[in-house]
Amino acid sequence: MRKKVIFPQIGLPYLLLLPQLAITVVFFFLPAGQAIWFSFLRQDAFGIRTEFVGFENFVELFQDPLYRESIWITLVFSFWVTLLAMSVALGLAVFADRQIRGATAYKTLLIWPYAIAPAVAAVLWIFIFHPQIGLLGRFLNGIGIRWDYKLNGTQALITVIIASAWKQVSYNFLFFLAGLQSIPRSVLEAAAIDGASPARRFWTVVFPLLSPTTFFLLVINLTYAFFDTFGVIDALTKGGPAKATTTLIYRAYIDGRVNLDLGSSSAQSVVLMLAVIALTALQFRFIERKVHY
Amino acid sequence: MHRRSLLAGAAFALAIGSASAAAQQRTEVTFWYGLGGALGERVQEQVDRFNRSQDRFRVNATFRGSYVEVMTGAIAAWRAGNPPHIAQVFEVGTATMMAAGPAIKPVHELFREAGVDIDPKRYLAGVRGYYSDTQGRLVSMPHNSSSALMWVNLDAFEKAGIRDIPRTWREVREAAQKLKAANATPCVMTTTWPTWVLFEQQSAIHDVGLATKANGFEGMDAELQLTHPFFLKHIQFIADLQREGLFRYGGRDNAAGNLFPSGECAISFGSSAARAQIERDAKFRWASVPLPYHDDFIQSPRNGVIGGASLWVLTARNRTPAEYAAIAAFFEFISRPEEDAWWHQVTGYVPLTTAAYEKSKAEGFYERNPGADAAIIQLSRAEPTPNSQGFRLGGMVEIRNIIQEELEKVFQGQQTVAQALEAANRRGNQVLRNFERANRS
Repeated sequence: MRKKVIFPQIGLPYLLLLPQLAITVVFFFLPAGQAIWFSFLRQDAFGIRTEFVGFENFVELFQDPLYRESIWITLVFSFWVTLLAMSVALGLAVFADRQIRGATAYKTLLIWPYAIAPAVAAVLWIFIFHPQIGLLGRFLNGIGIRWDYKLNGTQALITVIIASAWKQVSYNFLFFLAGLQSIPRSVLEAAAIDGASPARRFWTVVFPLLSPTTFFLLVINLTYAFFDTFGVIDALTKGGPAKATTTLIYRAYIDGRVNLDLGSSSAQSVVLMLAVIALTALQFRFIERKVHY
Repeated sequence: MHRRSLLAGAAFALAIGSASAAAQQRTEVTFWYGLGGALGERVQEQVDRFNRSQDRFRVNATFRGSYVEVMTGAIAAWRAGNPPHIAQVFEVGTATMMAAGPAIKPVHELFREAGVDIDPKRYLAGVRGYYSDTQGRLVSMPHNSSSALMWVNLDAFEKAGIRDIPRTWREVREAAQKLKAANATPCVMTTTWPTWVLFEQQSAIHDVGLATKANGFEGMDAELQLTHPFFLKHIQFIADLQREGLFRYGGRDNAAGNLFPSGECAISFGSSAARAQIERDAKFRWASVPLPYHDDFIQSPRNGVIGGASLWVLTARNRTPAEYAAIAAFFEFISRPEEDAWWHQVTGYVPLTTAAYEKSKAEGFYERNPGADAAIIQLSRAEPTPNSQGFRLGGMVEIRNIIQEELEKVFQGQQTVAQALEAANRRGNQVLRNFERANRS
């Protein structure tokens, strides 16, 4: 049985929660509500002429082959960003968890990228990937591989996946490291004494014990890939070439902010919101069963 | 309301405390602009000069990010009831702003009410036309206008043994072949702002409408005509150049901006306002000349169109006549020949007024800076036709991007030129229809 804290009056707990609730309402529920309302409207940029159009914005969206294409791009993009960001972070965390000289310095360096703004990060990647001024880009072209992410859609997608995943590695690293450090040494020692190899110890003991962390990070990373990556895409490829790197969130951003079509952009936000709600619900329903707490 | 009473209170307090009461009662107006770096500093300089030149008004200019950010920011501020007095909006936003009715105050109306008498003829035809309504009255204030030019690396030309700077596309092709054969630069040719240069400018020069209804000037029901034989011919020409390794696609908008000044590409097409950057960065001899044309399509090329931005006056419920007077005074100030000539000479934008052009000529500016008048010549070498006065198409930003996307598929070899133009036309027209519907009164 969990111990419950009993408040004498009913008002106080709500009062204590009020600041957080107020923030949630003002910054999350109101904008989300507004997006839902706007998704049923068609407006000019200034909002002078407004017409209620029902589900027309949604119908148009799903009739647009380019929108369907960007759903597919988003899935590919999110899958790879999540996989890369999580596996690299896990690998790094396992290594950083060992007894090594200067571990704190490594850890600090690994956490750094998280503090870098997406636009700045993208500029750094330009200096690596750009076909003319980038280190790697020049090298690849030098050895005869035609590298030009401005014209090659696959290369553009690879570029934004790497840049987006890199941003998230730090965050994942922190959580994996904390997760690793909370695994009792005795369990590992017992496994070692039983003669389990390091690889076997990792897969049969460490990885299952990390599963709450992994599950949490899976949700966070998918949400990141879905919602939080348009800064990198905007600075690196602007969704191109053609539409090769236009993910759902980037398209919602472009249609709303650049093309000033708030109705369609809101409809896209609503679709995204529903998608992520569904995805998270699915994850809790099916994957959480396999998680050991 | 609150801010104004606060300001009034502050002014009152200062009036008691200091002798310079008059200076505190200046009418203040805000001005949002989207020019960064050196160009932004020039904007501030001019605003400072205006503020010093008189003691009734004060313009507070702030840099608000890119053109897109200024425009969306100003629109959002208008929706929230607190817009800046003046917003700098890029030329492709013109149709959106013009359709905004109650949100904007046309400049001709502003001038009339403030009693400022400015003859619209004072502004260069190519500049004036873009920002005027069908009756020829100025709707927004011309501010920074450029035109697209061809930039050539003269050192590379010499290395390839090219004597004359090409004037037609045929000559450009010959020059490009020689440049490639001589291996003069890593890349032969590129362009910045692909849609603006390859479609908008070229259609004006060749007197072909990008869209019907005089490119949208005569109504929101205009339709794109990107499948016109001219575009087919011209884009096929560019695509062939690319296939032969004579043209390199450098990315959207200004992404290819560094390829010319860095010496990577020997020929580039881009804004006349790039002059300052090229002057600073290029370690070779260069020249800027009007854009080439297809001499088998048109014998004497028409005028090019402008790019850049203009200043829009935004309305608000609590605007006072004094505030509008301040805006009018500022607009009058930047239209003065000496101010305009200064702006033109330090930025590379074209002069807005004929007087400033004459003044720069008289001062010998073009003899000292050969090619600095290429944009003006290109803009005013012919009387604008309905196809070359400019573009007033809703959702033009989106249309530009659609064209760039479809072009990229051509350059990737994923589709033919005809397919690209057909797709761009269809998608672009959808944008126009949506805009028409959203702005129908």
